Amino acid sequence: MDNVTLTIDGRKVTVPAGTSVLDAAEQVQVNIPRLCHHPDLPPVSACRLCVVEIKGDRLLRTACSWKASEGMEVTTNSKVVRESRKIAMELLLSRHPMRCTECVRNGSCELRAVADQLGIREISFEYRERKGSLDTSSLAVVRDPSKCILCRRCVQTCTMVQSVSALGMESRGYDVWVDTPFGKGLGDVACVACGQCIDRCPVGALYENSHIQRVWDALDNPNLHVVVQTAPAVRAAIGEEFGMPAGSLVTDKLVAGLRRLGFDKVFDTDFTADLTILEEGYELLGRIKNGGTLPLLTSCSPGWINFIEHFYPQLLPHVSSCKSPQQMFGALAKTYYAEKSGVNPENIYVVSIMPCTAKKYESDRAEMSSSGFRDVDAVLTTREAATMMKQIGINLPDLPNEDYDAPLGISTGAAVIFGNTGGVMEAALRTVYEVVTKKPLDNVEIKAVRGMEGVREAEVDLDGLKVRAAVANGLANARQLMEKIVAGEANYHFIEIMACPGGCIGGGGQPVPTSLEIRKKRAEAIYKADRGIKIRKSHENPAVQQLYKEFLGEPNSHKAHDLLHTHYKEKTPYTA
Amino acid sequence: MPDLNKIDKIIKSYENTRTPLIYILKDVQKEYGLLSDEILTRVAKKTAIPLSEIYGVATFYSLFTTTAKGKHIVRCCNNAPCHVKGSKEVLDHIKSYLGVETGETTADGSFTLEFTSCLGLCAVAPVMMVDNEVYGNLTPEKAVAILKDYKMKGTSNA
Ligand code: SF4
Ligand code: SF4
Ligand code: SF4
Ligand code: FES
Ligand code: FES
Repeated sequence: MDNVTLTIDGRKVTVPAGTSVLDAAEQVQVNIPRLCHHPDLPPVSACRLCVVEIKGDRLLRTACSWKASEGMEVTTNSKVVRESRKIAMELLLSRHPMRCTECVRNGSCELRAVADQLGIREISFEYRERKGSLDTSSLAVVRDPSKCILCRRCVQTCTMVQSVSALGMESRGYDVWVDTPFGKGLGDVACVACGQCIDRCPVGALYENSHIQRVWDALDNPNLHVVVQTAPAVRAAIGEEFGMPAGSLVTDKLVAGLRRLGFDKVFDTDFTADLTILEEGYELLGRIKNGGTLPLLTSCSPGWINFIEHFYPQLLPHVSSCKSPQQMFGALAKTYYAEKSGVNPENIYVVSIMPCTAKKYESDRAEMSSSGFRDVDAVLTTREAATMMKQIGINLPDLPNEDYDAPLGISTGAAVIFGNTGGVMEAALRTVYEVVTKKPLDNVEIKAVRGMEGVREAEVDLDGLKVRAAVANGLANARQLMEKIVAGEANYHFIEIMACPGGCIGGGGQPVPTSLEIRKKRAEAIYKADRGIKIRKSHENPAVQQLYKEFLGEPNSHKAHDLLHTHYKEKTPYTA
Repeated sequence: MPDLNKIDKIIKSYENTRTPLIYILKDVQKEYGLLSDEILTRVAKKTAIPLSEIYGVATFYSLFTTTAKGKHIVRCCNNAPCHVKGSKEVLDHIKSYLGVETGETTADGSFTLEFTSCLGLCAVAPVMMVDNEVYGNLTPEKAVAILKDYKMKGTSNA
């Protein structure tokens, strides 16, 4: 690619053609303020905080959208620039309620940070409330339009990253606002509960439907036996909530922190991730052998399940009947574990720590209670789990390392990679290979299905049986694959879909901010975790083997079907 | 419930238009008088354009209406001269009396509350219009009393 050389505040800088002035300025250590721009999204130039002067141009230009060009002379700090930014910011603040002390984003608010960067000390305009009232209709996502600064990131995310379009920009001019069609609640439209909009909101206008109080109530109740499970992706991200750099792997400290919160047992969703591989792997082999519906689509991402139910209900027969690992865990905690530990399942309370907001929705589905008890009672996002630890004075990085409890805390490297896009596929292939060929797989790292591209394909040779696989992350990419299936052009056996970019490590419940760079670091931490575990194939998990022996019989047995499998609902793209 | 099949015909008539949405909405509004939820959902289904995008366009242009209007239209002036004379307080009282925000219609369908810009009656500011009648020198109490009158008339007529 061609390079261009420009001058920014008198300093020469050379960048690839097509680079924005905003990014070019970082090369000369100038951090131009921004509120609407997000590295995952194309610029919309809505906030006008990033304005700069360009020599020969009468108008101020927005650095986020203006491309650097050869010989361009940019000034980022003139009086007119500073004043213009200040007015833009004061106008935004004059419509913002400033309830920081009671705001979920108190510690991570971009509006506060930019106000501080600009040195705002007073606001010259009278406060005018924004239109719209608090929307708590969704089981996953709460929207507080009074705090919205109209940056449009959520609308872009929902529309372009997820191709769901639950949110849009309505009206215009002074009255413009973000809303669902006809102002219905997010819980009353086809929102898939992925929470990606939360991850990109700069302020506290979008956040998860909190289960913190529920969990405290359970922990405070002496009659309840409260067990917790942690999803793979949480250990690769929760450190960020405590100021650790992205990519910090803190599995053992996470366990210690949860124990200090008072959970009776600290277990791992990785245990049921291994179990999922067996159930889903046998389902795949069964479908290949018996001419069942192919390609088989994975079912562990509840945002994805919501998506296919709303937008491609005709393809539901492709979806694996396996419950997600979270739900399998709950079902087993209240049956197998109850039996083994002698605790009355009525008194077992299951909490999950998830990188995901759609897991809150999933846990509330009526069909997720086939044991006679609700599988999972409360779901905390990674962020909420960190909040609870902070509430009792825990600083995660200071904690000692502790181990998960047995047996539902025993897992393999194949399970932890569920946190990354391509991980379920890789874990399944590790097992399916050995089951089919009866030979040990020498190199367990199947790099062909790794990476951050939206859609990836691979063909894996299982001693003559060729398995054609595809992987998609982010729902707009999933939609591409669904269109291929509808058109009869999808020649695959097995497709893994994760609703969130990068998979669960980029989930809607993970620490804010997010970006491709941050997601790559978390993904690397997950692969490091895999390399650090001796057993790296799900079918070699001794606790899972014991579970089949003592309780389930064999994969896809009658009992396994009752407890670990589910069914789906046809929905429409227009209503919940 | 209106017959929604005409929508399909309208959409078909723009089959070869490159960006047909605005034309479609114009014709649909002409046919049905408003762009309601069920009407726009049908447009969304038939055009495969997301409902939020269609709703965005329908609310962007003031010639489209997405909600049925009330029996009486209350328009409050919000320009500077009225503002200085306390139109905001008047508006706040009207809002809380009717239980709606500007742009909304009361649940019983009797009033729609809207803004208007200067009516040229600044001498008697603050000013509001109800249907075609103008009321000036308003106080919050006076404005609410006027609306109460309309409501009474409404019920006795019914
Ligand atoms: S969004 Fe930011 S500025 Fe607004 S109340 Fe929350 S912390 Fe304060
Ligand atoms: S949760 Fe997902 S689907 Fe729902 S509004 Fe946010 S981005 Fe859109
Ligand atoms: S809700 Fe958040 S992300 Fe969406 S426009 Fe408002 S401030 Fe931006
Ligand atoms: S960051 Fe450039 S206009 Fe908002
Ligand atoms: S400003 Fe209200 S009538 Fe002129």
